[in-house]
Amino acid sequence: MADIAIRNVEKSYGKTAVLHGINLEIADGEFLVILGPSGCGKSTLLRMIAGLEGITRGEIAIAGRVVNTLEPRERGCAMVFQNYALYPHMTVAENIGYALKVAGLPKAERERRVAEIARIVGLEAFLARRPSELSGGQRQRVAMGRAMIREPKVFLFDEPLSNLDAKLRVQMRLEIRRLHQRLQATSVFVTHDQIEAMSLADRIVVMNQGRIEQAGPPRLLYAEPATRFVASFLGAPAMNLLPATIVAKDRARMADGTEIALDPGRFVVEIGQAVEIGIRPEDVMIVWPGSEGAHALEVEFTEDMGSSRLIHTRLGGMEFTVLQPAAQIEAEGHLPITIPEDAIHLFDRHSGKRLERHIPVIGTAASAAA
Amino acid sequence: MKAVRFPLPAGRLLRFAGAHAVLLVGAAFMLLPFLWMLLTAIRAPDEILTGGLNPIPRSFHAVENFSAAMQQAPLLRFMVNGVIICSGILIIQLLVAIPAAYALAKLRFPGRGLLFAAVIGGLCIPIQVPALPIYLALAEFGLLDSYFAMMVPFFLSVFAIFLFRQTFRGFPDEILQAARVDGLGEFEILWRIVVPSALPAIAAFSIFSIVAHWNDLYWPMIVIQRMDYAPPPLGMLFFANSETGASYGVLMAGATIITAPLVIVFLLARRRFVQGITMTGIK
Ligand SMILES: Nc1ncnc2c1ncn2[C@@H]1O[C@H](COP(=O)(O)OP(=O)(O)OP(=O)(O)O)[C@@H](O)[C@H]1O
Ligand SMILES: [Mg+2]
Repeated sequence: MADIAIRNVEKSYGKTAVLHGINLEIADGEFLVILGPSGCGKSTLLRMIAGLEGITRGEIAIAGRVVNTLEPRERGCAMVFQNYALYPHMTVAENIGYALKVAGLPKAERERRVAEIARIVGLEAFLARRPSELSGGQRQRVAMGRAMIREPKVFLFDEPLSNLDAKLRVQMRLEIRRLHQRLQATSVFVTHDQIEAMSLADRIVVMNQGRIEQAGPPRLLYAEPATRFVASFLGAPAMNLLPATIVAKDRARMADGTEIALDPGRFVVEIGQAVEIGIRPEDVMIVWPGSEGAHALEVEFTEDMGSSRLIHTRLGGMEFTVLQPAAQIEAEGHLPITIPEDAIHLFDRHSGKRLERHIPVIGTAASAAA
Repeated sequence: MKAVRFPLPAGRLLRFAGAHAVLLVGAAFMLLPFLWMLLTAIRAPDEILTGGLNPIPRSFHAVENFSAAMQQAPLLRFMVNGVIICSGILIIQLLVAIPAAYALAKLRFPGRGLLFAAVIGGLCIPIQVPALPIYLALAEFGLLDSYFAMMVPFFLSVFAIFLFRQTFRGFPDEILQAARVDGLGEFEILWRIVVPSALPAIAAFSIFSIVAHWNDLYWPMIVIQRMDYAPPPLGMLFFANSETGASYGVLMAGATIITAPLVIVFLLARRRFVQGITMTGIK
């Protein structure tokens, strides 16, 4: 039983503030993914939970106990690092079992547990090897085994898959998920890979420049991004974002005069407001030439991705991508499309906030309410 | 070296030969005194001064010279002294310098920069500078003429601190953090995780230290009066003055005997030594 509570946590290195007032509740047994671009402070936050970085202000509690002043070893967390961080001169078996040796367990017990863990992570054949004699994927398994053997209350992962090749990454992702199902330990997983985040998480926290942009289940973040940043960060290919100005309750106009129709009931906007219109490439509808309200897009080139096709075009002078099943269309010259009104995401251009009447779940509002 | 060799173009060949010629001359220059020591040690006494520069002895006198050296001087005593002093100094140097270097390399604390600057400054101070105060202090406490007097100025080696700090800095922080999460204390991390990876550098420093203190004459000469504490070079000096007079063959035989352990140690540790000074840290 280990929930984690992060309350008003700030971190500064000297005068540079890196985290600004983070609030986050992580439920017992939850798999939480912290997602964000490089340098946004995700590792720092994780390392503060582990006890490897001091907490400048605020507090962190694990299983109801404030851990601010506890040493890493007293916090009951296990951590898996990006570069595996294996002890270079120890064998796989020693690496996995070292924490137990430190804890003073008898040798027989240790050997039994190491063997058991090695079986789970599939390393039985490699127990006598040194880390330098293993492949990247095998090293990562050793790192996971080393974390698992302590039966921690909390698992912390800092981009553990980013040094692996694409195929192995997918495979290890599944293994981590399977492991979580089996152990049910509270897990915090840091990554900058949105696909990894979407596929692993019970809940995703998107961070940007030391702040939480939005927290929620992957589906919700995808369907209702609370900010422009979340909208552009989640989803591949990325959401199209078109700068425009509101000219009427049901219309926005881009710089070159292209007008885009809006559902008048959905958004809270004022005439003259500067906005950004977001449309996911897969939501664009290709229509017959001459259909009512159709935009004729200038096709620049097409990327064939096997099952689908990504068409790069321009709309109102801005880059605009359209994703369609490969079989559906052969696009050349001009491509007539419409934008379904319910597929539009609207953001204020200055604040970057979503402009929908129904207020979406932002930041920690969900957990505070829960 | 097992390398595939291709015929070199004339220009490259010339440069190659030139470079090696320079190196050979340098090596000959360094080795010549040792060679002469060896040759003198196996010559007959009358030949040493009259034999000119002829390298090949006319009559071999090795057995006589070496056995005379062994009988006339307590060479074994000198060498035991050398071993005691060198190992005492080295052990304390490592025990002090390794934790200090780790703190300077990996721990964050106020004044770290200042302390490291002091280490760099310490590198610039030769033993001659604190010699007098240390001598006076030892005299005050009646500690002259002891092993301790010969070892104490060298217990703290700023060179070792500097060298190990550079080595430890290359050690990945993530491994230290993994160890902290695993429940290891800082001393355990240092001795169980970091030091085993820094063995080449430690071996290199050990050789430096052993060579320097085995061969040191300056400091023992200041603090030692009694022959039974003399390390090899000082012992040779007593020996040269008292017993042998002008018997250079015997003297050189003695010198050969006391130099031999160093050469053997170096040959044994050569690979580690070269690794240690050409490489710092691990990947
Ligand atoms: N010791 C430090 N001193 C000063 N600034 C630091 C220190 N460690 C990290 N930072 C800064 O804190 C910010 C957040 O760092 P952090 O490592 O948490 O980023 P991250 O989100 O994990 O990025 P990445 O995806 O590249 O790992 C960065 O801007 C970084 O420059
Ligand atoms: Mg990071």
